[in-house]
Amino acid sequence: MANTNSRHRSSRQAVRSDAARTYARQSPNLKRPASQVATNNVIEFRGVTKKYGTGVYGLDQATFAVDREDFVFLIGSTGSGKSTVMRLLIKELEPTEGTIRVAGRDLSTISRRQIPFYRRNIGVVFQDFKLLQNRTVYDNVAYALQVTGHSRKEIRSKVPDILRLTGLSTKLHNYPDQLSGGEQQRVSIARAFVNHPPLLLADEPTGNLDPETSIDIMRLLYRINRTGTTVLVASHDHAMVDKMRRRVLELSAGRVIRDEATGLYARDESTREFAQRMRGPNETPQIF
Amino acid sequence: MKHSIGFFFRESLRAMRRNAAPSFAALATITVTLIVVGVFIPIVQATTGAANSAADKVMVDVYMKDNATATDDARVLKELRTIPHVQRVGFESKKQALAQQKKANPLAYQILGGVNPLPDTFHVYPESPDYVLGIRSNILDASGSGHMLDPSIARVSNHTQDTSKLLIVTHFVTITAAVLAALLIAASILLIGNTIRLSLYARRREVEVMKLVGATDWFIRWPFVIEGIIVGACGAVLAISVLGITKLAVLDPLAKNWNLIEAPRTIPFLPLIFVLVGAGIVVSAIGSGLSLRRFLRV
Repeated sequence: MANTNSRHRSSRQAVRSDAARTYARQSPNLKRPASQVATNNVIEFRGVTKKYGTGVYGLDQATFAVDREDFVFLIGSTGSGKSTVMRLLIKELEPTEGTIRVAGRDLSTISRRQIPFYRRNIGVVFQDFKLLQNRTVYDNVAYALQVTGHSRKEIRSKVPDILRLTGLSTKLHNYPDQLSGGEQQRVSIARAFVNHPPLLLADEPTGNLDPETSIDIMRLLYRINRTGTTVLVASHDHAMVDKMRRRVLELSAGRVIRDEATGLYARDESTREFAQRMRGPNETPQIF
Repeated sequence: MKHSIGFFFRESLRAMRRNAAPSFAALATITVTLIVVGVFIPIVQATTGAANSAADKVMVDVYMKDNATATDDARVLKELRTIPHVQRVGFESKKQALAQQKKANPLAYQILGGVNPLPDTFHVYPESPDYVLGIRSNILDASGSGHMLDPSIARVSNHTQDTSKLLIVTHFVTITAAVLAALLIAASILLIGNTIRLSLYARRREVEVMKLVGATDWFIRWPFVIEGIIVGACGAVLAISVLGITKLAVLDPLAKNWNLIEAPRTIPFLPLIFVLVGAGIVVSAIGSGLSLRRFLRV
């Protein structure tokens, strides 16, 4: 047992130092020119401050980076700045100071007219699902393809596929108000992922769901992450985050106060193993 | 064009089906407003038309002396035509006047026998009713000399007070009708705009979601504009049906007995249809497109 724990500890430390290295590499103190920024970053925040009109700071000199294909949790209490990060990333808000880069592109260079085209590269999942209430499950997912100009034929082949992946094959013709919370969140994830975006943002995706459904949703996000999509999840559910054992960025009053991996960083876990581990009440971490 | 009109049209129909209550509210508002406009346009036209036709009858009658000859008449006609702002001058000879009076009142003129007491008369029509008093004074007091324009003129009709009153009344009627028409049009646009804004407000979340999924402003806007066109056209058709039925059932039978309804220069029904359909579609479509703007800032 002692042996197991020490191996676990060393593995965790390795991951922590890895995350810390990533963080340090992006630190503004290093004063690297913008052109030399490592292109492996999907998201990069450099000294980003967001001050709202009321004088409240949503973010205060936040600096962090998220690597390609990574699965990162953004945690913190209400008002800590999690949603501000999400809203800045989809350009719903503009930062007061600092630079935000997504896939190497400075977001300040994207004009208002270009925003819809930029958003098509990002899947977004919200706590309140944000589904179109006057459309069926099928049409909600199809809408994300229609805005990008996909043909009817493509839509007819892609939508059932993604709905099968999210376990909604039998609910194609239901309206959102005929679905449970978990099912609605699955539709929301299907819509976010149907274009296979390189980045998926989820703002409190399990906030309105029971623990069992939350695990299903996390499993789905994990499955998406395994296809190569970078996933950033904002959550205040510490227990869930600890079980997930992924990199965690903790915010408090708009500042990044922690950037480390929690628990065992199980990179090559299958989704089945992942779900088993998530459901296990007092499971002992397996060592890979 | 990446997306066909058919796609946007289907989107509009779907939205109307799933948001029947706000769509119905917009339809009802447009219908009622257009009925009011449809009734008001002919009323305004009839009123101003009646006022103008009364004003058009304003003229100066110039009566010649009994002994005036044809040469005198020709000279006076020439002089009258040189007065500024005279549009035309009509001539009624003694004989014509007698014949007309005989026709109007045969018994009275039978008593007179062969005597003709009526003078030769000139009817001087001004370019605009406002000039009538100036023309009259020009004939009565030619170039400030204190004499008549011509010695063979016996007298000039004196309706100064009546003419002034008539002019004031017709001006008042015309201006009031114009102000009422402007107010009605403004109220209609505001009312329709407000109803559309309320129906869009109920759907602002939908617009927000569309924006977050990556839809461009026009991708979102087109179905709303098409919906505005459909609702506007349906409202106009309903309004026209109500107006048409009312016209056939109520106004047309009355018109035979009531001259006011046949007042001159009111808009015929066919152009009225085009005006109402056009107004319904344009106000509704532009209203939808513009009202949506504030919800697109996501």
